[in-house]
Amino acid sequence: MAESVFAPWNDPEAKPLIQFKGVTKRFGDFTAIDDLTQNIYEREFFALLGPSGCGKTTLMRMLAGFEEPTEGQILLNGVDIGHVPPNKRAVNMMFQSYALFPHLSVYDNIAFGLRREKKPKDEIHARVKEMLRLTRLDRFAQRKPHQISGGQRQRVALARSLAKAPKLLLLDEPLGALDKKLREETQFELMDIQEKTGTTFIIVTHDQEEAMTVASRVAVMDEGRIVQVATPDVIYEAPNSVYVADFIGDVNLIRGTARARPTDTPPETVAKPEPEPKPAPAPRETASAPAPERAAPQPNTLGRALHDKLLSPIFGKWLEDEPRRLPPPTAPEAPRAAAPETTAPSPQPQDIPPGGLEIDWSEGQAAIIAANGDPALDGEKVVLALRPEKLGIAKTRPQAPNTLKGKVIDIAYLGNISTYHVEIEGGVMVKAQAANTRRIARRDITWEDEVWLSFTATAGVVLKDE
Amino acid sequence: MRRAVLIAVPYLWLLALFLVPFIIVLKISLSDIALARPPYAPQLDLNEGWAGIRAFFAGLDFENFTFLTTDDLYWKAYLSSVRIAAVATLCTLLVGYPIAYGMARAPHEWRPTLLMLVILPFWTSFLIRVYSWIGILSTEGVLNQFLMGIGLIGEPLTILNTNTAVYIGIVYTYLPFMILPIYSALEKMDESLLEAAEDLGSSRLAAFWLVTIPLSRNGIVAGCFLVFIPSIGEFVIPSLLGGSDTLMIGKVLWEEFFSNRDWPVASAVAVVLLLILIIPIVLFQRSEEKAREAGR
Repeated sequence: MAESVFAPWNDPEAKPLIQFKGVTKRFGDFTAIDDLTQNIYEREFFALLGPSGCGKTTLMRMLAGFEEPTEGQILLNGVDIGHVPPNKRAVNMMFQSYALFPHLSVYDNIAFGLRREKKPKDEIHARVKEMLRLTRLDRFAQRKPHQISGGQRQRVALARSLAKAPKLLLLDEPLGALDKKLREETQFELMDIQEKTGTTFIIVTHDQEEAMTVASRVAVMDEGRIVQVATPDVIYEAPNSVYVADFIGDVNLIRGTARARPTDTPPETVAKPEPEPKPAPAPRETASAPAPERAAPQPNTLGRALHDKLLSPIFGKWLEDEPRRLPPPTAPEAPRAAAPETTAPSPQPQDIPPGGLEIDWSEGQAAIIAANGDPALDGEKVVLALRPEKLGIAKTRPQAPNTLKGKVIDIAYLGNISTYHVEIEGGVMVKAQAANTRRIARRDITWEDEVWLSFTATAGVVLKDE
Repeated sequence: MRRAVLIAVPYLWLLALFLVPFIIVLKISLSDIALARPPYAPQLDLNEGWAGIRAFFAGLDFENFTFLTTDDLYWKAYLSSVRIAAVATLCTLLVGYPIAYGMARAPHEWRPTLLMLVILPFWTSFLIRVYSWIGILSTEGVLNQFLMGIGLIGEPLTILNTNTAVYIGIVYTYLPFMILPIYSALEKMDESLLEAAEDLGSSRLAAFWLVTIPLSRNGIVAGCFLVFIPSIGEFVIPSLLGGSDTLMIGKVLWEEFFSNRDWPVASAVAVVLLLILIIPIVLFQRSEEKAREAGR
């Protein structure tokens, strides 16, 4: 199963295994699931992620049949299963508490579901043996659940729920009771088993690392709604809301007001190098000064003239009214040059993609350039979500589109990496992460040090403030 | 040292209040009836010294136990007691289990109240409660009047002074002893086990038989012994509610003791009853031990 190929959610032809159609679940006045519509495809490892009380467990219990939707439909292979009792569904669940039958041996626990189907004895025996092998429990078949370890119990629960070869396996916080090391091992085991059996897995978890590790897609939930569904990398790199950015991983949230940057950079300026020897704070301040005039992109007359004279033979006709578009997250390498219209006397010495936004976030601080920001957010209150590992930290001011000066308040040493808590002038705390490539004794940044944080113009994600 | 004292207390208790009385009863059962006070012989006379002790032991024999085997009354009474106790225990289980189940499934905030209601009857005297059943079950009693009032029966049922009344009395009296252990077993049960059973394809009823019953087994066993053991020797209920044909060993014992004033035979009956009861008590203890091991 090649990872690059497996993306049925992008294939309009793919038939979903599970379809939620406007599903609402209320408990009295409380709405646990609010008009939810979502497709889940065969062989997916789908993670429902959210804080406790967000409705993820209710969603799972509706799939298992322990709760019925108040409104809407849940389809399995196109058949509405909303009101089918749990014992009549081709869906099995692995419970958070494992729910192993304490009076039955490991073998009998795994055989429980098969015996209910009244299958022939030798067939049951063969299937149980297979499950025991798959979960490496052969030696414990005759033990009672209280005679084996937590990790083994977890595997018995998995074997029991897989024994009936369900179309869909639900995992309710399956690894919550295991310690970190065992949990990480088991995550890979789960993925391995999922691939071997080809079963569709839906996992409920509040552990975002777990969700990111195992899942093909992650659905982040909040208050009964799915806020974002995407592959783990998209969820992490391109969250669609402050909630998702904040929930997944560590993040710096810098609030401010957006201001659109000019999108047009005449290509001929590529040829013109901009040797700007002085990367002093001064240019940054001046850059933010003329901001109000640049609130909206203006037609670039000088650029037009240059184009007509020099470049029209190469690049063709000047396009009038080019539609405003969202720059891709990784903006093309178009060095920002002395755009003729820019009044700023000393542009950045670095290559900054054009367009996007500038964010005024603090009085007396240079605006942050976010070249990947949506210009449509111009004038809005926005939040720049910035992952700590995307920030550089140095004692001298580096050459970067965005630099912030601050003081190290705290250092969290995690062995492989260190997280620096830096207080920016003005009082905002920003976390920056750096790999500990040198031995700790040789670390040159320490508490109370004046440092420069730097990040590229596309390092952050600009989100509308909620 | 402190440990020794702690262990000694229950043993002293058993010695003084169980073993010593039992030896006295055993001694009487080996004696002969006599017109004296107390009404049996021989008596130990320590003034006569060694000869007195020898004469005392020479006077003891198993005559009374042999006598119990010669009269049908006794073994029939034992058998009938066991049968009545067994049937009553089964009835108590059938009534008590659903109550315990309902209590264990009730909302958390209700459970203390429900427990209280189960224990509440103990606040009145046992005798008064059994007497009040006479008022309910008699021919002119509340039950008959009610049933005739709603037109269900034409003439009063004869319930009082039958074995049925004895069953009703035992079930009523010993119900809490059945409910409490079953409740405590059911309450501990993880409800997700039932969901797991359903998820794996069993119906609700099958889940009950395959999961709930096996997991409450210890409670059921404990409850049954707690009802069975005391009801074998029950005297008050059969004598107040039972009829002339209700044969129970407790009643026989009482009659031997107070009507016949034959203390030695009455003691022999008591010793045999105790021996009969030891069997279920040992079984009970073994099952408790097993439960402890499993519940580790």
